[in-house]
Amino acid sequence: MNSRRFLPLLPALTLLAMLGPVVAGLWGTLMPAFGHLPAAGLTGPSLDPFRDLFDWAGLPRAMLLSVSTGLLATSISLLIVMLVTAGWSGTRPFRVLERLLSPLLSVPHAAAAFGLAFLIAPSGWLSRLLSPGVTGWDRPPDLLIVQDTWGLTMTAGLIVKEVPFLLLITLAALGQADAKRSVTVAQALGYGRVTGWLKTVFPRVYAQIRPPIYVVLAYSMSVVDVAVILGPNTPPSLSVQIVKLMSDPDLAMRLEGAAAALVQLGLVIGALVFWRLGEVVAGRLGRRWVASGARGRFDPVVAEVALLAGVASALAVLLGLVVLTIWSFAGFWGFPDALPDQFTWRNWMRFGPGTLEALGETALIAVTVAMVALILTIGCLEAEYRYGLSFSARAVWLLYLPLLIPQTAFLPGLQTLMLNVGADVGRLPVMLAHLVFVLPYVFLSLADPFRAWDTRMGTIATALRASPNGVLWRVRLPMLLRPILTALAVGLAVSVGQYLATLLIGGGRVATLTTEAVALASGSDRRAIGVYGLMQTGAALVPFTLALLIPALVWRNRKGLRHG
Amino acid sequence: MDKGLSLRNVTITKDGVPLLSVHHDVRPGEVLTIMGPSGVGKSTLLAFITGTLAPDFVAEGEVWLDGHNVTHAAPHQRRVGILFQDDLLFPHLSVGANLAFGLQPGGTAAERKAKIAEALDEVGMSGFEDRDPATLSGGQKARVALMRMLLSEPCGLLLDEPFSRLDAALRAQVRDMVFDRARARALPVLMVTHDAEDAQAAGGVIITLGQS
Repeated sequence: MNSRRFLPLLPALTLLAMLGPVVAGLWGTLMPAFGHLPAAGLTGPSLDPFRDLFDWAGLPRAMLLSVSTGLLATSISLLIVMLVTAGWSGTRPFRVLERLLSPLLSVPHAAAAFGLAFLIAPSGWLSRLLSPGVTGWDRPPDLLIVQDTWGLTMTAGLIVKEVPFLLLITLAALGQADAKRSVTVAQALGYGRVTGWLKTVFPRVYAQIRPPIYVVLAYSMSVVDVAVILGPNTPPSLSVQIVKLMSDPDLAMRLEGAAAALVQLGLVIGALVFWRLGEVVAGRLGRRWVASGARGRFDPVVAEVALLAGVASALAVLLGLVVLTIWSFAGFWGFPDALPDQFTWRNWMRFGPGTLEALGETALIAVTVAMVALILTIGCLEAEYRYGLSFSARAVWLLYLPLLIPQTAFLPGLQTLMLNVGADVGRLPVMLAHLVFVLPYVFLSLADPFRAWDTRMGTIATALRASPNGVLWRVRLPMLLRPILTALAVGLAVSVGQYLATLLIGGGRVATLTTEAVALASGSDRRAIGVYGLMQTGAALVPFTLALLIPALVWRNRKGLRHG
Repeated sequence: MDKGLSLRNVTITKDGVPLLSVHHDVRPGEVLTIMGPSGVGKSTLLAFITGTLAPDFVAEGEVWLDGHNVTHAAPHQRRVGILFQDDLLFPHLSVGANLAFGLQPGGTAAERKAKIAEALDEVGMSGFEDRDPATLSGGQKARVALMRMLLSEPCGLLLDEPFSRLDAALRAQVRDMVFDRARARALPVLMVTHDAEDAQAAGGVIITLGQS
């Protein structure tokens, strides 16, 4: 292969793979939203789709749900992470929490949502554990906890998944913020831990984690799988309604779906602008707070509460996985028994073959997509190194773009576009759609370690007469084995967790563990959900375990790489 | 043509501001020392010679090595060896594999093995082939790094503050070893340092930058 000609093309190819489908999808949304859908024999422009949408009585509530879950989930998870970090970073409880939360990052949203539902539903595990002793219930109370009208459970389901994500991002940012010394100085001046951290470190950390926070906001507003599992039904959130309209056999319904998708896009943009304004206000209030010289009298209380919230969020996911496991092995389990009457393999025998088939499809897609993303990423980073290219801060936002545009805004359009040009739905388009989401995460995961590599190693190897490709293959990549495998695992986990892309672009014909699991949400077969949820979690978690084990094994006699 | 390393009217500028100018011949077995405080561009000169100059610098002039103009040659084809203050042994390779990385291709496996054993023997480290470089002492790492560079049969040797990380006792020892080996192989040596003692020990011409 002629790398001299090929390598410089990779950054362009990567951008195309990442942004091409987004742009095409938005175009594909825009046209039918204004009444233009040749596949259904309709030509625009017209405002009828919007008129139909505004006639739907559930629209105001659906829009409100989208906005409220997004803003609440983002601000609460950010608050928990910031206060826990402020109050506890560097301490033992913090390290324990960090250990608990890091593996939770890879637990797919759907599995975490099912776990939460099985935990807190009126007939859930918590209610069983407390009944009838504490509560006096001998049958499940008639309460609407899961799928509550206000979407509070759905918000909680998002929070427990975003807390680990934001914590990990924050930890990475802390390294560059010189946090420890700032807090030491603040404490020497009589400031409490939390207040000292918030006044000195927080502004620097926030500036760094701002893009991922925006991603959390955009994602929480437009999430589908969590909303299907935990969100209200009458009316559902706007995203779920879009998917319903897009899945309708009547092609004309897609026009209304496209209009709704544009509304969703507008909502997300509006919420991002609102958040940005909130930053300005918070900054102004924060400066006044700093100027006031308040030392933070309530710091210990705040820190305790934050830690409690952090632990609760970790436990919600962990216990959720435990209860999924119990259900997957459960025989008869009557209310209010704490545990099933007997444990059995019957559920696994029954659903095992189906999950294995879905696992095969999931793995095929995930491995292909993650490998392609990894190759493109390494190609980009190596081109940047060889040709002295540098990505500006603005270009970094390009990486976040596919994660900021709501999935429900461009995936339906992409599907419609494929329909219009007569392209077949199926596995390959699904892979391309997954790539849009996998690429940014793989890139963001590998970029820092790749760039942090001591380039003098390259100079030495070159002086030893190794060619540029020789340096890459024989020195750089082996030395970076651990971050490369981690990036690959991140890519696999992201692909495994994709719901909407698989459902819409696969035209319902590509059945992965995630689509199968979410499809079970409407039924009430907890044993099937247990089996599928666990398999889905395993598919995301096993690669991470391997990413830790393989380098430890390969480099077991190489001390210099053990902490690298 | 002439053996040795020639820098012909080399001038390096950054953003239009000249950093340094050098015009000098280093004959085989000789050491040219370039001194000056940090930040005057000493290492930049070495990067120009190895062909790894960062794009924000502009360099004029030519580098000749053993009668060849290597100014525009690919970095890995210049045959310029370099040692840094850190040993930079590849952490994923054993000591023997590090040396094999340096050793020119060719020869049977047995011959290559013998050459590596011989190189280790030369610096008093026989039998260290299978060791993890991270488990070596500072002096041992410096010796392996030197032999790895020499096994690649360079035509010239660059030293970038090579001894500044070593403690006083080890420093003289490693320094003598590097200069001895370079002299024995008749290599032209260019050293940049801010340490007067290193410059004296080199026993060659000293150019001091950053004073004009």
